[in-house]
Amino acid sequence: MKTRILLAELKNSILSVLILGILFCGVYPLTVWGFARLFFVHQAEGSIVERQGQVVGSTLIGQAFHSDRYFHSRPSAAGAGYDAVRSGGSNLGPLSRVLVEQVRKRVQAYRASNNLPNEMNVPADAVLAPGSGLDPHISPENASIQASRVARARGISIEEVQNLIDRHIERPQLGFLGEYRVNVLKLNLALDAL
Amino acid sequence: MNAVDWVHLAAFLLVLAALTKPLGLYIQRVLDPRGRTFLDPGIKPLERTICRLMKIDVDREQDWKEYLLSVLVFGAAGFLFTFAILRLQHLLPLNPEALGPVAPDLAFNTAVSFMTNTNWQNYSGENTLSYFSQMVGLTFHHFVSAATGIAVAAAFVRGISRDRAATIGCFQVDLIRSCLYLLLPICLVYALFLVFQGTIQNFSPYLRAGTLDGGAWQIIAQGPMASQTAIKMLGTNGGGFMGANASHPYENPTPLSNFVQVLSILLIPSSLTYYLGRAVRNSRHGWSVWAAMLCLFLSGLLICWWAEARGNPRLEQLGVDASFGNMEGKEVRFGIFSSALFGAATTAASCGAVNSVHDSFTPLGGWVLLFNMMLGEVVFGGVGVGLCGMLIFILLAIFLSGLMIGRTPEYLGKKIENRDVQVCALAVLIPSILPLVLTAITISSEWGTASLNNSGPHGLSEILYAYTSAANNNGSAFAGLSANTPWYNLTLGFSMLAGRFIVIMASLALAGNFARKRALSRRGGDFPVSGGTFCLLLVATVVLVGALTFLPVLSMGPILEHFLMTGSDLLF
Repeated sequence: MKTRILLAELKNSILSVLILGILFCGVYPLTVWGFARLFFVHQAEGSIVERQGQVVGSTLIGQAFHSDRYFHSRPSAAGAGYDAVRSGGSNLGPLSRVLVEQVRKRVQAYRASNNLPNEMNVPADAVLAPGSGLDPHISPENASIQASRVARARGISIEEVQNLIDRHIERPQLGFLGEYRVNVLKLNLALDAL
Repeated sequence: MNAVDWVHLAAFLLVLAALTKPLGLYIQRVLDPRGRTFLDPGIKPLERTICRLMKIDVDREQDWKEYLLSVLVFGAAGFLFTFAILRLQHLLPLNPEALGPVAPDLAFNTAVSFMTNTNWQNYSGENTLSYFSQMVGLTFHHFVSAATGIAVAAAFVRGISRDRAATIGCFQVDLIRSCLYLLLPICLVYALFLVFQGTIQNFSPYLRAGTLDGGAWQIIAQGPMASQTAIKMLGTNGGGFMGANASHPYENPTPLSNFVQVLSILLIPSSLTYYLGRAVRNSRHGWSVWAAMLCLFLSGLLICWWAEARGNPRLEQLGVDASFGNMEGKEVRFGIFSSALFGAATTAASCGAVNSVHDSFTPLGGWVLLFNMMLGEVVFGGVGVGLCGMLIFILLAIFLSGLMIGRTPEYLGKKIENRDVQVCALAVLIPSILPLVLTAITISSEWGTASLNNSGPHGLSEILYAYTSAANNNGSAFAGLSANTPWYNLTLGFSMLAGRFIVIMASLALAGNFARKRALSRRGGDFPVSGGTFCLLLVATVVLVGALTFLPVLSMGPILEHFLMTGSDLLF
């Protein structure tokens, strides 16, 4: 009697796994995929940016910039930096010696490359790593501080660079959601197009 | 903590409160097998077909033991299904990156984790799982583990509201109706909204981009993400498509998507309180439970937000601008408030998705996240099981106040008896004791501490967080802990099973017990189950049980760390 009930339950469960599986793991994602392709194909395919037929990245995925001619992204703990198959943060706690050492070096490097006086505070996003390791944005303050370096390296005026930054500032959505920010890849592409 | 963020918070609470009643009413119709909904024209034929295929008799109800057996056997079948897919993913389709089979202990941990609605992840999706494993192996549980929770909650509520009944509903019917009428339609719209905001939904191989500066290749992981992300949030599952979860710009691309994702964590748990009120014909009771949950949620959120906005003085000494707050592990588009809001919601509601690195929160901010879980995931809580947990606390609160005023405790006209209290006590104690014992064993062993990313008090927090998260089926992590070792995979897996099924067993046993009881006519001297006194007692019971159990260990973890941060130069 007991075994019969158990077997009946087992049969029911296997049937539900199969039927619900087809619905939720086949029909549902494929329907979303179909509609996404129909209406939002750019986003569904990864918000890819191309320049002269070459894929240079995705507007949503940050990438590393080292040259003085470009605005720099935030530090990244994803793989060796901006590794988009190893997303993640540093996971270092607030009293971590490793974190404090990293930040000390980053603050020095940031001040040096942007000609900042030693007593000047640096924007937090410039020296602290994001959770994804792929943050595509920096704060407007961070961008403005980098403007003079970029202008010098490109031989253009600071005003021109600052104008470009101002045009690329993204505002909080609906006026109150999220922070003011600048997309680094978009800004750098616009720099190259000047 | 500037004005715009207060507007953000107010808007969030307003939307949540506004949706609670209409969705609660809808859920009531969904959980009534004969209920009619406005989606009937589209979904009724599908429901009929499925019931016919599975030979379900809609009118045949189960007693609590039969119901429990159905839940357990269905869980076991789902576990085997996912375990097999993970082990065989190299032979299955949709694997453009040719990823190999998942190791047995990791596959066990992952299958248990998703089956129990925990979604603890000892792997990173983008370099471990094929599209097939994600879309079939995991999305399946995203739906059915959430629906199982709703079903159990429905059974519990039926048990309370029925008078001298033997049965508490039919599991298969509750499961299928929750999936079809509630989760699926919302997710279809929600997933498309996420794609609109920027979430990917494709089956393409990983993208190769020649980066702007120097032209080095950047490989960007892809996949059918939006469909999975929608149900991951709505079902309070939390298992991210990518390792970085909801901080990944594909998974949570904009502040607006973030707003909706946090809302979707709390949406169903919040509406279920309204469903409770309606089902027991006392809407004020439902709202009082909601108010108690909100009160606990807001207290945690405000502390966490304040601590994160205040930042880390150790980094400010080095010349980091203090006005940004603690930005380590946080995204620029979200900033402090959206990260604190997400963190508080995801730990309060047993979701476990993260949009920032919990490990890098300030000690007090991290303490809130940890303590939210330690309260037993009843502050809104996981879909369904959160309400079950809260009902257990309600029974305890009424029992305790009955002791204080010296009369027989009654809940909605039904006597709370010896056996009920024993079951409640077990359901509260086991998920609390388990993480304490396992943390103690792990912290004193070499294989335990070898996985730490941080030492000192923060190391203790990492291990404590892991077992608390697992035993309460949350799934978020102080993710520095490298927990993909056989010891952690097995012990965490065991904690998740125990935490999930003890609460479910207790809920169904109580449901069966209460269903059988006679509802006495309500007299004037009843203990009130709505209003300020009731809320206060409920909040006090929840906080006291959590605080008494965990204060000693918390004082050696986050609390010690806080005082070391503000009052010493020590680093670890």
